[in-house]
Amino acid sequence: MSGYLARRFGFLLITLVLTSATIFAVTQLLPGDVARIVLGREASATALEALRRDLGLDRPPVVQYLSWLGGFVTGDWGTSFASGQPIRPLVMERVGNSLMLAFLTLAIAVPSAIVLGVVAALHAGKPIDTVISVGALAVVGLPEFVTGLVLIQLLAFELAWLPASSSIRPEAGFLEALPMLVLPALTATLVLLAYIARLTRASVLAELRKPYVRTARLKGIAGRRVTYVHVLGNALLPTVTVVAISFGWLISGLIVVENVFNYPGLGALLTFAIDRRDVPLMQAITMIAVVAFALANLVADLLYAYLDPRIRFG
Amino acid sequence: MGRARASRALAAFRPLYATRLATFGSTVVLLFALMAVFGPALAPYGANQQVYTDARQPPSLERPFGTDHLGRDVFSRVLLGTRDIFVLAGLGTLVAVLVGTAVGLLTTYLGGATEEITFRVFDSVLAMPALLFALLLLGTFGPSRNNVLAVIAVAYVPIVARVVRSVVLNVKTKDYVAAARMQGESLSRILLREILPSVLPALAVEGALRFSYAIFLVASLGFLGAGVQPPNPDWGLMISEARNFVSITPWALYFPAAAISLLVIGVNLMAEGLATALGRTP
Repeated sequence: MSGYLARRFGFLLITLVLTSATIFAVTQLLPGDVARIVLGREASATALEALRRDLGLDRPPVVQYLSWLGGFVTGDWGTSFASGQPIRPLVMERVGNSLMLAFLTLAIAVPSAIVLGVVAALHAGKPIDTVISVGALAVVGLPEFVTGLVLIQLLAFELAWLPASSSIRPEAGFLEALPMLVLPALTATLVLLAYIARLTRASVLAELRKPYVRTARLKGIAGRRVTYVHVLGNALLPTVTVVAISFGWLISGLIVVENVFNYPGLGALLTFAIDRRDVPLMQAITMIAVVAFALANLVADLLYAYLDPRIRFG
Repeated sequence: MGRARASRALAAFRPLYATRLATFGSTVVLLFALMAVFGPALAPYGANQQVYTDARQPPSLERPFGTDHLGRDVFSRVLLGTRDIFVLAGLGTLVAVLVGTAVGLLTTYLGGATEEITFRVFDSVLAMPALLFALLLLGTFGPSRNNVLAVIAVAYVPIVARVVRSVVLNVKTKDYVAAARMQGESLSRILLREILPSVLPALAVEGALRFSYAIFLVASLGFLGAGVQPPNPDWGLMISEARNFVSITPWALYFPAAAISLLVIGVNLMAEGLATALGRTP
């Protein structure tokens, strides 16, 4: 297991380093003059020169990248152009909010998606399966900003059950924020729900077709026991990976959802940074999201290996 | 002769109508495609033609989708926006499929360090969710139609290449490929004549899926203000403009929203039908 762990961790580090290089290349090397991007067309030559010196743009690209990566790793993320503040506290303040929303979304989405997927698979071809499968396809077709705005209109304006805006106070705790978290979490849930439910259904169906299921049935084990103990135990294993993969959807979803609901998370900060062409802030937020995504994948792999000895020892 | 060829050509489209749901999906996509082609000829008003006296009109016979807060005809804007989304998402996907296929075929067939490096770089792009990567690019290069197009192509090349690679890895060890090589067939002939046909089914399904994601992506970027800029009749942009007036002119929000959803669902159903007919799971 420890060898497997070391290998997976090494792979994670390589991916992160390569991704950081891509992020850096895309934002700082490809566009030509970052100083002009930040300051705009009308900037004076002296201001441009000063900023170039501040950012170290006069150094060779490799040196620029290494010092940027070194800064990121040691916690020196630079200064935001748009707000003039150091980036790290700015980002850290938002990370907690986004995580809060992400976990609430996963807590709603994963169990309900698994139930829906299992129900659909056990009744494959029957009306309830058609309803769930077509429903999932329809929901996948709805962009988060559409479902979000419809939910606001319905639950906040028409029925007045929940607040329409989710601009929580910076120091708000989970309980205080909860009423404002429900609508954005529900919105982000819908996309994940459909995605995980579809894959769970496929995985259960594939498992049901395996010979051991027939053997168990022929041996006279009760149908329910076969389904719930034997089949689901094996079929839900890949769901762990699915949840990790859908973490990418969750990140994309949260970027949109936070903007729909004015929720002070990383996604909203990212669109702010993009509006102001705040390159260092964009880089830092992207790096954080990438690290989170990679960690989610690592955790899923380890969990999978822990649950399935064939991977661990294979 | 002519008839035989025509029926062969028709047979190529059969997977699009393999199941009832696929038929529905393909028909929806076809209708939107027709709107994209004929939209400008059919639209009763210009995309940015403002009739102030008609502002905030609910849907009626003269104004099927109503008018928005500026007095623009929502029906015309949705219709004209169809071409935009088809051009951006469709062309972006097409470029991604072509480049991704070429890169995937060539590097995987040749193997070695080129393959290793190419796919490591692709992995590093795929470590970012597509929306995040697109926002990063547009934030750096600035929002414009051409940049949105380029971003979709760049974001989806790695995924297409990866799909192509998984098939090529399987096929390139087959005897008929070895035979072609020993016969001295040229590289391009081996790639295009011997290997590409095996890749096509997977590519068709992936292309359809990419198209649906691209529609989503264009709309999301428009909504977030990082994609197509006002006053273009981009569906996502229309929704973000209409959201502030949702209690006054809800139709200005609901019709473009319905258009996006219907098109994406149509493309998804079409992709699913393709996958079933071609024996692949998406």
